[in-house]
Amino acid sequence: MAAHLKKRVYEEFTKVVQQQHEDLSSKKLRLTKPSKSAALHVDLCKATSPADALQYLLQFARKPVEVESVEGVVRILLEHYYKENDASVRLKIASLLGLLSKTAGFSPDCIMDDAINTLQNEKSHQVLAQLLDTLLVIGTKLPENPSVRMRLVEVACKHLTDSSHGVRNKCLQLIGCLGPVEKGVAKEAESQAAKDVQKIIGDHFNDQDPRVRTAAIKAMLQLHERGLKLQQAIYSQACKLLADDYEQVRSAAVQLIWVLSQLYPESIVPIPSSNEEIRLVDDAFGKICHMVSDGSWVVRVQAAKLLGSMQQVSSHFLEQTLDKKLMSDLRRKRTAHERAKELYSSGEFSSGRKWGDDAPKEEIDTGAVNLIESGACGAFVHGLEDEMYEVRIAAVEALCMLAQSSPSFAEKCLDFLVDMFNDEIEEVRLQSIHTMRKISNNITLREDQLDTVLAVLEDSSRDIREALHELLCCTNVSTKEGIHLALVELLKNLTKYPTDRESIWKCLKFLGSRHPTLVLPLVPELLSTHPFFDTPEPDMDDPAYIAVLVLIFNAAKSCPTMPALFSDHTFRHYAYLRDSLSHLVPPLRLPGRKLVSSAVSPSITPHEDPSQQFLHQSLERVYSFQHLDPQGIQELLEFTIRDLQRLGELQSELAGMADFTATYLQCQLLLIKALQEKLWNVAAPLYLKQNALASTAAKQILEETYKMEFMYSGVESRQVVIIHHMRLQAKALQLIVTARTTRGVEPLFGMCEKFLQEVDSFQRCFISELPHMQGSFVDKLLDLMPRLVTSKPSEVVKILQTTLRQSTFLHLSLPEQLHRATANIIEPTGESDNPLRFTSGLVVALDVDATLEHVQDPQGTVKVQVLYPDGQAQLIHPKPADFRNPGPGRHRLITQVYLSHTAWTEPCQIEVRLLLAYNSNKSKASTRIPKSTWSESLEALPPSENGIEGTIPFSKPVKVYIMPKPARR
Amino acid sequence: MPEIKVTPLGAGQDVGRSCILVSVAGKNVMLDCGMHMGYNDDRRFPDFSYITQNGRLTDFLDCVIISHFHLDHCGALPYFSEMVGYDGPIYMTHPTKAICPILLEDYRKITVDKKGETNFFTSQMIKDCMKKVVAVHLHQTVQVDEELEIKAYYAGHVLGAAMFQIKVGCESVVYTGDYNMTPDRHLGAAWIDKCRPDLLISESTYATTIRDSKRCRERDFLKKVHETVERGGKVLIPVFALGRAQELCILLETFWERMNLKAPIYFSTGLTEKANHYYKLFITWTNQKIRKTFVQRNMFEFKHIKAFDRAFADNPGPMVVFATPGMLHAGQSLQIFRKWAGNEKNMVIMPGYCVQGTVGHKILSGQRKLEMEGRQILEVKMQVEYMSFSAHADAKGIMQLIRQAEPRSVLLVHGEAKKMEFLKQKIEQEFHVNCYMPANGETTTILTNPCIPVDISLGLLKRETAIGPLPDAKKPKLMHGTLLMKDNSFRLVSPEQALKELGLAEHQLRFTCRVHIQDPRKEHETVLRVYNHLKGILKDYSVQHLPDGSITVESILIQATAHSEDQGTKVLLVSWTYQDEELGSYLTSLLKKGLPQST
Repeated sequence: MAAHLKKRVYEEFTKVVQQQHEDLSSKKLRLTKPSKSAALHVDLCKATSPADALQYLLQFARKPVEVESVEGVVRILLEHYYKENDASVRLKIASLLGLLSKTAGFSPDCIMDDAINTLQNEKSHQVLAQLLDTLLVIGTKLPENPSVRMRLVEVACKHLTDSSHGVRNKCLQLIGCLGPVEKGVAKEAESQAAKDVQKIIGDHFNDQDPRVRTAAIKAMLQLHERGLKLQQAIYSQACKLLADDYEQVRSAAVQLIWVLSQLYPESIVPIPSSNEEIRLVDDAFGKICHMVSDGSWVVRVQAAKLLGSMQQVSSHFLEQTLDKKLMSDLRRKRTAHERAKELYSSGEFSSGRKWGDDAPKEEIDTGAVNLIESGACGAFVHGLEDEMYEVRIAAVEALCMLAQSSPSFAEKCLDFLVDMFNDEIEEVRLQSIHTMRKISNNITLREDQLDTVLAVLEDSSRDIREALHELLCCTNVSTKEGIHLALVELLKNLTKYPTDRESIWKCLKFLGSRHPTLVLPLVPELLSTHPFFDTPEPDMDDPAYIAVLVLIFNAAKSCPTMPALFSDHTFRHYAYLRDSLSHLVPPLRLPGRKLVSSAVSPSITPHEDPSQQFLHQSLERVYSFQHLDPQGIQELLEFTIRDLQRLGELQSELAGMADFTATYLQCQLLLIKALQEKLWNVAAPLYLKQNALASTAAKQILEETYKMEFMYSGVESRQVVIIHHMRLQAKALQLIVTARTTRGVEPLFGMCEKFLQEVDSFQRCFISELPHMQGSFVDKLLDLMPRLVTSKPSEVVKILQTTLRQSTFLHLSLPEQLHRATANIIEPTGESDNPLRFTSGLVVALDVDATLEHVQDPQGTVKVQVLYPDGQAQLIHPKPADFRNPGPGRHRLITQVYLSHTAWTEPCQIEVRLLLAYNSNKSKASTRIPKSTWSESLEALPPSENGIEGTIPFSKPVKVYIMPKPARR
Repeated sequence: MPEIKVTPLGAGQDVGRSCILVSVAGKNVMLDCGMHMGYNDDRRFPDFSYITQNGRLTDFLDCVIISHFHLDHCGALPYFSEMVGYDGPIYMTHPTKAICPILLEDYRKITVDKKGETNFFTSQMIKDCMKKVVAVHLHQTVQVDEELEIKAYYAGHVLGAAMFQIKVGCESVVYTGDYNMTPDRHLGAAWIDKCRPDLLISESTYATTIRDSKRCRERDFLKKVHETVERGGKVLIPVFALGRAQELCILLETFWERMNLKAPIYFSTGLTEKANHYYKLFITWTNQKIRKTFVQRNMFEFKHIKAFDRAFADNPGPMVVFATPGMLHAGQSLQIFRKWAGNEKNMVIMPGYCVQGTVGHKILSGQRKLEMEGRQILEVKMQVEYMSFSAHADAKGIMQLIRQAEPRSVLLVHGEAKKMEFLKQKIEQEFHVNCYMPANGETTTILTNPCIPVDISLGLLKRETAIGPLPDAKKPKLMHGTLLMKDNSFRLVSPEQALKELGLAEHQLRFTCRVHIQDPRKEHETVLRVYNHLKGILKDYSVQHLPDGSITVESILIQATAHSEDQGTKVLLVSWTYQDEELGSYLTSLLKKGLPQST
């Protein structure tokens, strides 16, 4: 038998090699290695002791096995399996079988029978468990084979009575993963074992081993995940498991209960020890709430998390979670929250001055006090006070989710969330601020709550402060005192942390526009105007004053009576701010003033259309230039580019679009100019000087195309084609120019071939777009392709030149949304006259703070560049953790850049800027093409084309004054 | 019936002087050995003569366990061990062992040096006493002797506070000491596993209170301090040296850090500084936050809190000062209070309860003019605040602990009788377990139903479990075996082994029965008929016809002989061992019915 098997393996092996020979092209040579299986067999035969055999197997497992030889290896392993007496070696073999059947492309149904057979005579529990694991792997590899699965499930059911927990564990896992999900399948197979997987698994809920109990629940959950509708009868069983001694069982049981509550929310269950009945989801909610005060924190986290997703629960149950009746010496006491509320409504602010201020008032009936309320009572109060911050975070998240779906609950949980702002762990604080922001639509802050919220503004952590600003942006405040309070606190924040300027201004912008009526009565006080006297004009550069103005102007936008309260200088300041901080100050209709922006009516929508129209019109006009003379074309292009650039400056919404178009037209203009050079008409060597212009044009076009491709978000494949096409034209131009200027043909060979390859890859990448490109450069080029391939370089150049001249200008259709990636370095400001001094040879850390907009995947692409006066450039990759994401499309980079240099005699400025790195391989085009073509084309790409990497500067450089001092001796 | 006896010598329906005697299965353990703050006479210490009149304490007590370092739990220890005389082991946790002598020394100083008492324990006695202490780790099972073992659980409350499980054989008692179920700024919450003790002895200081969220109180406290400091006022916080003081320090320290405040915080020196060292050392006993961040910075290495000097009190500008003692009755806190009381910008915050008669109590009850010694009248213009920071479990917490531990009965100590009554009633109602609340000197007896472990030989177990379906842990299972009681141990063995061990020969018990059958035929024919008949009926059994003319059904033998007088009557002799009683009696009844008529 063994000899026969061995022979078979060798046969297989040789066959495989031959096939490879046939398949591969004659150029490549493949070395024939000795087959894995054969080597293994020899090794195993050599092994004298189990330890030896184990070593061989371990070594063997380290290397991958080719798909073709898997079966052979499996046979050999099985053969040894039967011969082996040592359990550990059998265990290893069993695990190897599992590993091997995972091999991609290998279908394990051929070894299944053997694997099942091995189970029969196995005595060792560990090996049994491992074999079952292998079967599980085999089963999962054969998803479309119900009968195989059925067989495996039957095998598993047979071993469920094993005395070892490990074996039972694996059996349950197998049943969970492979058990029949649809009813129909079970009938078809008519198998005894598969009659009711749920019942089989359910029986093991009471197993003596906690690990098996856990596995049973997990298997049940697995079945649920695979789409089986669990029976409601399991619910009562699962409830009992909640009181299990072992935390993993309880944790899994909580999950199961949750699943059931989602499946049967409306069915009715009886309350034990009374004859009342409640909805299942409420009952489950109560039970899970109970688990929030479990002894194990793992269970607590689990329970707290799941609470958040139980949205069908009835509101009175939900509100109980925040209820914890206080009592002191058997008298009912009001909670601090209630007291705060009462003091607030009575108009007096919390005095808290008296001892026994919180003295209990009413007597309570001792019988009525239920100390351990069954059910939901106070679950969140407990969760939020938990010892482990994991539990607290989970509770806050759950609160957030529940509050989002229930406004009344949101109102109630506010006090608790506000309390969490003072948690000792920053993560929890941050999380609760974010939560509050998410539910802010449903709530209005009371003054005392606002007070607590605002107290956090002094936090030294920037993340917390910024999160709070975001929160304030979307909070509703109920009174004008509230607004005043917020403003005062924000200004205090501003003086304490001046770097928060931008964030605070933005916050005030929203605060103003949300509460115009509340700001109105505050205006005279805020602007410190006086009915009779002129007050001194405030300093326009004071960030605090700007903050106040931002608040007022934004409120004035929807409150037309407000400008009447402004004094003269306020109007002047408005004009200034509208110009300098246009993103913060809205256009206002001011009485008696004819500002440019006054034409802007409150409803901007009608205004948007004309500018968009203008954009399209100018594009249309350009496309018809074919009929003009060269001079006219150039002028038209120049004018249009100028128009577009101006439009981009004026209309921020269209800036991306306008810039993109302008860049494209610029490229075209350059191309046309280059083609009109005189050098084409004259013999090459005479015009060496002239061709500088053409070659720079080619270079510039290339650069611009990369910018177009990688700097704009929202570019679609249509645009990518056009960009690539333009790039191809630029490359053609380059080729022609080089052909003109260099002597000899040798260098041209390589260039031509490369160019043709590029044309080829272009064709493959954009084959679907080609029909849209009638009459274009590529279109013509592809027609001439057969000729090009065979002809000499000089001829190629000639053809290229003519096609380039004759080709038409491709129409650029614009996508819906187009945004240009921008970066703005906030810090360093570049205004400082004090040089940053440090000892040469040592490093100095420079804090860089920048906002990035419309940058996709900033972690991978954004780099910081430092340029030293000696021309030395340093490129720094910021850590992924340095990027924060405050909102969609916006990123913030806060990082440190380490500088170092040798000693200088006097301070000098270095430049810091942000770069956007790109890689032409990862171009947006390639991701959009269907997968198959993509992978093929990538493999076929010649290595020379792979990875043209480059960087685009996309922020204004900031100058930093530094001074490396010579080290003292 | 075995029983557990509990006698509180102190803390029975009372707060202070905790001292509880427990005897479990013949082992006597003393839990805590505290003093009473309210008395200065003999009543301040527990009455140790109750334990034994003239014998040595060491002979009577197996061990002493101290739950934490508060004086009402350990104050009488040197008196007990050195003056009364006890040489057995004393168990406490490491932090308690470290801090306890400091407090004892301080207590001794006040009593002897200040009040001038004699006949009190000396410093040397404290040292000697501490030499008898065995320190234990959390969750470490300590074998006191062969049968008695103890195990410590985390209790919150103060640094090093622990709950102890005392276990003898299968009977166990859990003593909670003082504990806290809600975490605070420096300590975590008490935790116990589902150990299902026979008795849980729990403190019940706040038996009738359900407390408000800790965060509200903290926030109020911080807000008040912050506002006063911003106004330029000075804040005085009178504290006792250990426990709450550290919590408040951490609270203020982190707040200062978070809010970037610059006003100085001072801590009056002395006791606390020494104790702070221990807080720094025993990081593992603190809460999650401190444990997680101590690698970067130990939270007890205060950045903003500096040692206080007498002269600082007159410094201008805002400041916060922690000063001892906590009730403003003497010492530094009172001195500072007198200096600052006149300015309405200043504030005093009382973080705890004040005994009647102290300055603290007077100002809390709203008195604005105080008469100081020397007939001086001190007008209090500063703000007076009260903030309760207590580290005991409230009613809900107590219930939660009971739910976690699942005891079979509960005993309440360390609380007022009236309040205990309420909680007792609640516990009985909720958990359906007995609850006791003995007064001092009153003995409570709790009957237990301990399980008796029996060793079973593996062979027998395997053999017995192999029969029938899988063993189910939740259900009792019937087994056949022989119970051997030998050398004070129980063993369950197979009968054969029992016989072998006891050196007894095996006796066989057989039942024989004669059945008369009317059958005129020959003997061997009758036998054949019987054989065929039985074979037809007993299909599942092996029925054999032996060559000597007898029939065997399994191990039952049937022989037929002709009746000596009447040849027509055959006598069937049926014989079986007692193991086959069932089958044997069935067979006889079957044969008695007679054979079917042959055709």
